[in-house]
This record gives sequence, structure tokens and C-alpha cells, in this order.
Amino acid sequence: MIQGADAPVEDPRAIVRDSLGVGLATGTYAISFGAVSVASGLDVLQTCALSLLMFTGASQFALVGVIASGGAPLSGALTALLLGTRNTLYGLRLAPLLGWTGRRRLGAAHLLIDESTAMAVSRRTTQGARVGFLATGGSIFVLWNLFTLLGAIGGTAIGDPRTYGLDAAVGAAFLALLWPRLHQRRNLLVAVLAATVALGMVPVTAAGVPVLVAGGVVLLVGLLPRSREVA
Amino acid sequence: MTWVAIVVAGLGCYLLKLAGLSVPARVLERPVVARVADLIPIALLAALVAIQVFTTDRALVLDARAAALGAAVALLLVRAPFLVVVGGAALTAALLRLL
Repeated sequence: MIQGADAPVEDPRAIVRDSLGVGLATGTYAISFGAVSVASGLDVLQTCALSLLMFTGASQFALVGVIASGGAPLSGALTALLLGTRNTLYGLRLAPLLGWTGRRRLGAAHLLIDESTAMAVSRRTTQGARVGFLATGGSIFVLWNLFTLLGAIGGTAIGDPRTYGLDAAVGAAFLALLWPRLHQRRNLLVAVLAATVALGMVPVTAAGVPVLVAGGVVLLVGLLPRSREVA
Repeated sequence: MTWVAIVVAGLGCYLLKLAGLSVPARVLERPVVARVADLIPIALLAALVAIQVFTTDRALVLDARAAALGAAVALLLVRAPFLVVVGGAALTAALLRLL
């Protein structure tokens, strides 16, 4: 996206600068994750463990969101895992570009998230991709964990989070993560369908289940149009 | 139970990332895999937005959170940064609850 046919030779310093900008913007919003997580009933240690171990924002928000709405922690975990499947897709795209094997691949995998992918996938060289990936993923990892701790501590100190509208912040965070994908008409229809199915399931299923059912229904819809396209 | 969920989901999310970096790229070239991988995060995020905003426990609810979501949409339309969108939604709900 950044690169045109006549793009200049990739400058590692420019890649680092852009990556740190994205890292700063992304890392600091962990403060809202920390606050929301504590408001959902997790303690500070559990909140920090999530950011350290899971390190993928939407899945973390999903897990604490399910717990906040009264769902079983394990259905929260399942939702988090389903959301985490998109990182597998990112990995498929980045693997040939980054070209890491062995221990380096084991380390790189932990930093594989939306932003590190976005800042690496647009590069034309392995070196450029590696610089963008590491600078973005590394800076986000450090800041994400730092600001998770700050948000969790602040969240404990401030009392009922609803007074500050923090319960409404989660929906807005999910929408902001979803927003860039809604420009395509098909994606918008899928989103509306999923939201409708989920709301329809709420009164008749346990918390956490509606989201999974919505995912399943949309999965089927995604498989169907194939025959029409081929025909 | 919360700790079990954190460790299981944390480890699982890591393995999902590692699997992507380890699987041969040609798997992605299959159109069904590509389309499903594309649609799943959209469906899950949209469902999560709806659940977060319009439900309390097992009931459908219309309250300050809906107005906050409206504020978030307005901020996204003017390309506000993530933090501003999230903060704006929180502020909207907080102000409405003060009334």
C-alpha cells in the first residue's frame, strides 16, 4: 500500500520510525484493556498475564468481555481462540517474506499480530519486512504490557467502571478493530448477519455461546457462495 | 477457572500464530480457506460489538452504551484515532449516566 512501482529503496530507519509510531499508538491503548479487564472481574495479575501470554488485543478483549457478561471463563477462552485464528492467516502470509526458522520463528510467532503484520507485509525485501515486523511487534509488546499494568492498577483505584463509561468502551474498541474491514459490501453484510444472529441467541443460550454461533453461521455462509461463483 | 482459561487461551493463541508461520503457503491459496479466514474475524467482532452494547446478562437492553456506540461510529467516520474513538464512547456513556 505504501509502495508504488516507483517507490524508493527501502530505508530501514524510515521503516523503524513508522513502526514505532504505530507501536506507540497501539501500545498505549492497552490502558483501556487493563481497566476493562479489572472491571470485568479479573485481578491485576490475571490481567497482566493475559497481555504477556496471549498478546493479541481482540482475543484479550473477547475473553474478558465474555467473563464480564457472566459467561464461563472457558467459553471466553474459546471465543479468544477463534478470534486468534486470524493470526494464523497472517502467519501464512508472512512466513515466506520473513524467512525465519527454528528458534527465531518461535520468538517471532509471539509478536505476530495485526499491526506487526501490516507493517511487514507491504515490504518488498526480507530485510525490510523483518525490520518492520520486529520494530512494530517489539515496541507494541513492551508498551502493551506496561500500559496494561497501568490500566489495571488505575482501574482498581477508580471504583465502578460504569460511572466512566468503561463498559461502553469495549464495544467501541471492537468496532474500531472491525471498521477498516467494513468498506467491502460483503463484509458489511456478514457483520450485520453475525450481530443479528448473536443478539437472537442471547435470550436462549448461555453467555459466550451467541458469539460462537454467529461465527459458525457466518462460516457456513462463507462456504456457500463458492458454487455460485464457479457457475 | 479464570486462570485455566487464561493459560489455555494464551497458549492456544501462541500456537495459532506459530502454526501460521510454519504451514506451507500453498494452503492459503485454496479459495475456501482464504475466504473463511477472511470472514471469521469480521463475524466474531461484529457479534461481540452487538453483545457488548445491546445485552445485559441474558436480556436485550437499549441504554447509554447504544449512544456511546453511535458516538464511536461518528468518530470513526471522521477518521479519529483508536484511543479517541474508545475514549469518546466512554465519555458519551459516562455523561449520559450523569443526567
